[in-house]
Amino acid sequence: MSEPLLRVDNLVKHFPIRAGFLMRQVGVVRAVDGVSFSLSPGETFGLVGESGSGKTTLAMTLLGGYRATAGEIWFRGDNIADPVARRRRPALTKEIQVVFQDPGSSLNPRRTVRQTLEVPLRVHRLVSTHGEAARQIARLLETVELPAEFMHAFPAALSGGQKQRVAIARALATEPSFIVLDEPTSALDVSVQGKIIALLLDLQRRLNLTYLFITHDLSLMRNVATRVAVMYLGKLAELADTASLFGNPLHPYTRMLLSAIPVVSEAEERLKPRWVVPRGETPSPARVPPGCSFHPRCPDAFAVCPRIDPVAASADGRHVVRCHLYPGCTPAEVADAART
Amino acid sequence: MNAVAVAPAREHLRRTWYAFSRNGGSVVGLGIVVAIVLLTTFAPWLTPFPRHARAFTDFEHAGLPPGRPYALGTDTIGRDIFTRVVFGYRFSLLLGVVVLTAAVPTGVLLGLLAGYYRGWPETVIMRITDIFLSIPPLALALAIMAVLQPNLQNAMLAVSAMWWPWYTRLVYGLVSSLRTEGYVQAAQIVGASPAHILLREILPNCLPAVLTKMTLDMAFVILIGSSLSFLGLGVQPPDPDLGTMVADGAKYMPDLWWISVFPGLAILVVVLGFSLLGDGLRDVFGVEV
Repeated sequence: MSEPLLRVDNLVKHFPIRAGFLMRQVGVVRAVDGVSFSLSPGETFGLVGESGSGKTTLAMTLLGGYRATAGEIWFRGDNIADPVARRRRPALTKEIQVVFQDPGSSLNPRRTVRQTLEVPLRVHRLVSTHGEAARQIARLLETVELPAEFMHAFPAALSGGQKQRVAIARALATEPSFIVLDEPTSALDVSVQGKIIALLLDLQRRLNLTYLFITHDLSLMRNVATRVAVMYLGKLAELADTASLFGNPLHPYTRMLLSAIPVVSEAEERLKPRWVVPRGETPSPARVPPGCSFHPRCPDAFAVCPRIDPVAASADGRHVVRCHLYPGCTPAEVADAART
Repeated sequence: MNAVAVAPAREHLRRTWYAFSRNGGSVVGLGIVVAIVLLTTFAPWLTPFPRHARAFTDFEHAGLPPGRPYALGTDTIGRDIFTRVVFGYRFSLLLGVVVLTAAVPTGVLLGLLAGYYRGWPETVIMRITDIFLSIPPLALALAIMAVLQPNLQNAMLAVSAMWWPWYTRLVYGLVSSLRTEGYVQAAQIVGASPAHILLREILPNCLPAVLTKMTLDMAFVILIGSSLSFLGLGVQPPDPDLGTMVADGAKYMPDLWWISVFPGLAILVVVLGFSLLGDGLRDVFGVEV
């Protein structure tokens, strides 16, 4: 593997819960609780998890929307975990862009497509004259396969898929190398989803983009991601190459998710892991269960699970899992203590 | 997919008018407001006795009931009530416009800052706002007027001083929800300045609510202004003001009833007009204020 483009090292984002007249801190939401991974240039890194698992918080922290509570985010040799220091370096903000889930909210209803697309160009001084801006915007629209006339339209006149294309154009305006796709298709019609995904993959190839692709659509993930990380209550449960994760899921939570994919044919059914009945709801990240946070819902939980939080380990160096069922995941000194 | 439905401006206007006119009351409100604005603008030409607007006595025609040529009768010193009502509207509208021109930008700006910058700016601005909101408006205006000279300028000052917090709170609420919208976050991520985000991305989305509230508030400001004048703290004689006229005529009730009843009705009509218009705008914009 080449030098990573982005490396996240033990990233933590906690939100304080404040209550009462003096707004004293009464608790903490562990939205992201010690996440590490790295992205190679040109790959599509998939991040899956249920609502409340911390996917979007992780994305917003990477984007500089939140200040990380602890941990490091390295982007090409720069630590970008501090959003304030980062804002002083336009060259960095330019490199990392985002496409949000809801195309309805991601475009300002009171600004035309042109006004929206002009912002990144102006902020980063990529154009100097009015005519230059118009030409550049027409080119951006062409990149996302929209006609240039669209620049005069307000978002209300566009369909969901068209809005999402404009949002992609906005992300591309600063010529970034890394784009966070936060469920870019889950608010769209199925027929439109395919076209947007095809466009994203085509752009990735042509512009050599690296994607962090967040979704809860596992079938989609299987088709687009090169590697997949499964997130549960702010922590990664499993991280592996797509084929390895779908072919040989190790973590009971991954199995639970995979067995919940709806299928139409028997051949597909056979591909799925043994049926694991999903049980329970994701607990609130404000009240994370002790030990392994998945143990109350886990079909394979045993004595050590409620007491000790497992650590991430890998048998082959690529397929990482964080579960007591696998060697190396139970912290060594604790395992010794348990034996005696 | 290649055809973009850019609605022409006329089509947009037609739809807006449809949404507005579905409520008959808002059309009536618009009519009243337009009529009053025209009437006050061209008051010297549209009123029969423009000289009666200020100090003027004509005891020969004092205390005449409604009839010809005094459509709404005359007051105790012979001035035409209709003329004075129209000129009184000038002061009412002037008060409303000046108060809102002073209060709205202040309130909106503070609301933008409090809603966008969490932490101490929010706490300081919103607590001060709460203090102002907790004082009954008329009581605060009376207190300010008691310290200052009673005249129109000070009435404007007093009413403005207590009006901005409503806009701060309105805009604060809007910004608190708008700041998590995707387009605001996208602008932050791309590195746009706070000025751009507040004024170009957020403010335009607050304007429908602010505009609606301004229209409704014209009615309330006029009402408060008239109350102050009624108590002798606003416009001073001989300038005509609806509140002052009601107060003057009250002494002669019920014999010379027209002296206070018609200015009173005039207040009712202008307040009703702006309220109905505001309700109509609220329907068109689909906002809660």
